[in-house]
Amino acid sequence: MRKGDRQVIINSQKVTITERDEAQGLIAQRDFGGTKKWRTCYVSDGTGHAMLYTASDRAIAEGIDVHERKEAISLIHDGHRCYGAVVRDLITGELSVYLAKATALATGGAGKVYRVTTNAIICEGIGHALALETGVACLGNMEAVQFHPTGIVPLGILVTEGCRGDGGLLRDVDGHRFMPDYEPEKKELASRDVVSRRMEEHIRKGKGVKSRFGEHLWLDITLLGRHHIEHNLREVKEICESFMGIDPAEKWIPVRPAHHYTMGGVRTNHTGESQQLKGLFAAGEAACWDMHGFNRLGGNSVAETVVAGMIVGEFISDFCDKKENDIDIPMSLAQQFYDSEKAKLGSLLNSAGKENAFKLNTEMQEIMTSSVGIFRNGDALAEGVKHLQDLLKRSRNIGLTSKVPGVNPELVMAYRVQKMLKVALAIAYGAQNRTESRGAHFREDYPHRNDQEWLKRTLAFWRDGADLPELQYETLDVMKMELPPGWRGYGAKDYIDHPDTAKRQAEIDEIRKQMEGSDRFAVQDKIMPFRDKLPASLRGRNERLDEPLNG
Amino acid sequence: MSETQKTAAPGGQTRHRMLTFHILRYNPQDPDSKPHMQSYQLEEAEGMTLFLALSEIREHQDPTLQYDFVCRAGICGSCSMLINGRPGLACRTLTKDLGTEITLAPLPVFELIGDLSVNTGKWMRGMSERLETWVHTKEQELNLDKAEERMDPDLAESIYELDRCVECGSCVAACGTAQMRNDFVGAVGMNKVARFKLDPRDTRTDDDFYELVGDDSGVFGCMSLLGCHDVCPKELPLQTQIAFLRRKMISVGLK
Ligand SMILES: Cc1cc2nc3c(=O)[nH]c(=O)nc-3n(C[C@H](O)[C@H](O)[C@H](O)COP(=O)(O)OP(=O)(O)OC[C@H]3O[C@@H](n4cnc5c(N)ncnc54)[C@H](O)[C@@H]3O)c2cc1C
Repeated sequence: MRKGDRQVIINSQKVTITERDEAQGLIAQRDFGGTKKWRTCYVSDGTGHAMLYTASDRAIAEGIDVHERKEAISLIHDGHRCYGAVVRDLITGELSVYLAKATALATGGAGKVYRVTTNAIICEGIGHALALETGVACLGNMEAVQFHPTGIVPLGILVTEGCRGDGGLLRDVDGHRFMPDYEPEKKELASRDVVSRRMEEHIRKGKGVKSRFGEHLWLDITLLGRHHIEHNLREVKEICESFMGIDPAEKWIPVRPAHHYTMGGVRTNHTGESQQLKGLFAAGEAACWDMHGFNRLGGNSVAETVVAGMIVGEFISDFCDKKENDIDIPMSLAQQFYDSEKAKLGSLLNSAGKENAFKLNTEMQEIMTSSVGIFRNGDALAEGVKHLQDLLKRSRNIGLTSKVPGVNPELVMAYRVQKMLKVALAIAYGAQNRTESRGAHFREDYPHRNDQEWLKRTLAFWRDGADLPELQYETLDVMKMELPPGWRGYGAKDYIDHPDTAKRQAEIDEIRKQMEGSDRFAVQDKIMPFRDKLPASLRGRNERLDEPLNG
Repeated sequence: MSETQKTAAPGGQTRHRMLTFHILRYNPQDPDSKPHMQSYQLEEAEGMTLFLALSEIREHQDPTLQYDFVCRAGICGSCSMLINGRPGLACRTLTKDLGTEITLAPLPVFELIGDLSVNTGKWMRGMSERLETWVHTKEQELNLDKAEERMDPDLAESIYELDRCVECGSCVAACGTAQMRNDFVGAVGMNKVARFKLDPRDTRTDDDFYELVGDDSGVFGCMSLLGCHDVCPKELPLQTQIAFLRRKMISVGLK
């Protein structure tokens, strides 16, 4: 081994990485899909786990109370200011009120509105729904949803792209290898979104394999041989064994593209605060903080959670320190929200309705997967939106078969599906109205990115009593961008430019030319200053190996 | 062999077994509820895990059934339960590895929430507070602008090896001492102490650690039955860690 070489395990695979001598002992970094530099910090095969436990240990060290098994079911607000939440105890079923100067939603993604998702089963988008249901705060870019081609069926756990990279094949119900029919050149090795789309297209043609858990296709790696699988695709073998009881050297793996990441979320400004509802903040996957656009790079999400935790956390604490943000707690308002939630749960429990909450949930998931998936078009989206609206109506007529005291899982499903349907509608309706393709949002009927008309964020509001979200659009200013939207560096140049793009690019090129030789901070300040947007305590320069801090 | 023939294997129209689940039911929130076994029948499916089986039972047969799943992928540790008497992660258990009669019960030791759901979180928080499971540093203020402190990569790997614990509670449920002493910190606690002892950033001395685990609620309470080691779903080296800590603590105690 060369000096600086290190054997590490990444996703259960042994990899040798070479670190520069001077980087030895710092947090390890590597490259990740779509990036040119080593910029993704990692901890063996458990980066998220290591971060989560460190944060949790710190919270315990600081004596911070964590109220586990409590679910926010409604935000308390007066149309201008958020005052906290009504919370349900998931052990006793009791309701209580949390009053606060600042309320933060860090409730994660909304994967469970889809039938097949890599997400945990708690990623139900309830936080998104809470913001939406205020009727005041809004969600941004909800139609931006990322998919991954090979989730195992039915669990949705990911198997690596390495399977196809190494020569694995995709087959249909007849055992036929279908990818060459669609992509004669690249076959299984076409890009992630293309493969996902072709798989869905093939299933739509009736070529999927039916199973009790829905339709799927086969990933065949048997032809790679046992030796290769056991040495180079160990993680895949383990997943197949532990979660399907399949030996992938002998049998084909049932796969289907799976929902993976929710780019959209509660629309905030740079401090993490809602632009409409003062005192309501959002961070992490639940937020639309502009960390991601219509796609997301690997590694950026767990990075967002800690960076937003630091920045938004600091802003929240500043917010609470300011005298002008003091509140007189409006007890009558809190009581009103509490009573209203209590009444809603009561009427669900006592309803003579005939609708089954679990069934509605399954139907919603099926529609989202089939009509608002990877592969979208106007007709299917219109159909999907109508169907979801119908489900929303039916969800007001849910009846429960049991009234057991305590958490009551059926009651939980009932009030959650009512909320999830609104989130699903925000996604579907946003997708229906965005008549272009951008990032993970692909429209068969509008296959090109259209910066001229669509360089804007979708904002979805849910007004009181409405049965569809209200969409507004927030235009982006190309003249303020550091990187005006251009060619991605690969693929066809088949997008429609924004009229300002060329002008802005020329401006930036000119600045760079004029400032050649200046330090990069000066150039950054000239092109796009950002330090003033950070909390004061975080404005310092970060030390880098080649830029040591003095003193 | 033709390609079509091979597909007959997974997902094919083979006849499936009928499974019977015997589940220990009890809802402490319901004054009328008494602990009892309830049975459910379910047709097995290809690749059925206990997560899938329990979800089907709740959706189609009994919406009152309580259990905890979060990641359903073996990484969060929420779903440990007694499966035919042995603690294990339900999401990572395939029905095909079990007989047709399957008995499920909640983990002992932990506070029961209802049916198969127990409050491991509360127990773990108590353990963490008692053992102060965080890095104790001298400096109070961290300079965020500066690069992180360096750590020997091999040492970082050994710390990570112990850091993989998901606090599922299986080791505690399998522990003879934990069932008898409610202040016992369990293998999970001792593994944590071993982890922070390795960490060069933690300024605590062996004497400090002795204060934490040098008695019967810690290393000297362990009866070396090592149920913990056998059931750990992450295959943590618990046996080695407990033995190592105990030797270390004996030498501190004899000082
Ligand atoms: C299989 C998989 C692999 C991934 N791999 C990577 C990767 O390699 N790199 C990367 O950067 N990202 C990855 N991601 C994405 C990343 O893990 C997530 O985006 C990130 O964990 C989200 O963190 P969060 O804190 O915003 O939300 P979460 O971690 O989802 O936490 C949200 C919390 O809020 C709670 N909650 C929800 N609703 C309520 C409510 N109403 N009341 C109270 N509490 C509530 C939930 O129970 C949960 O505890 C991956 C995701 C998946 C599913």
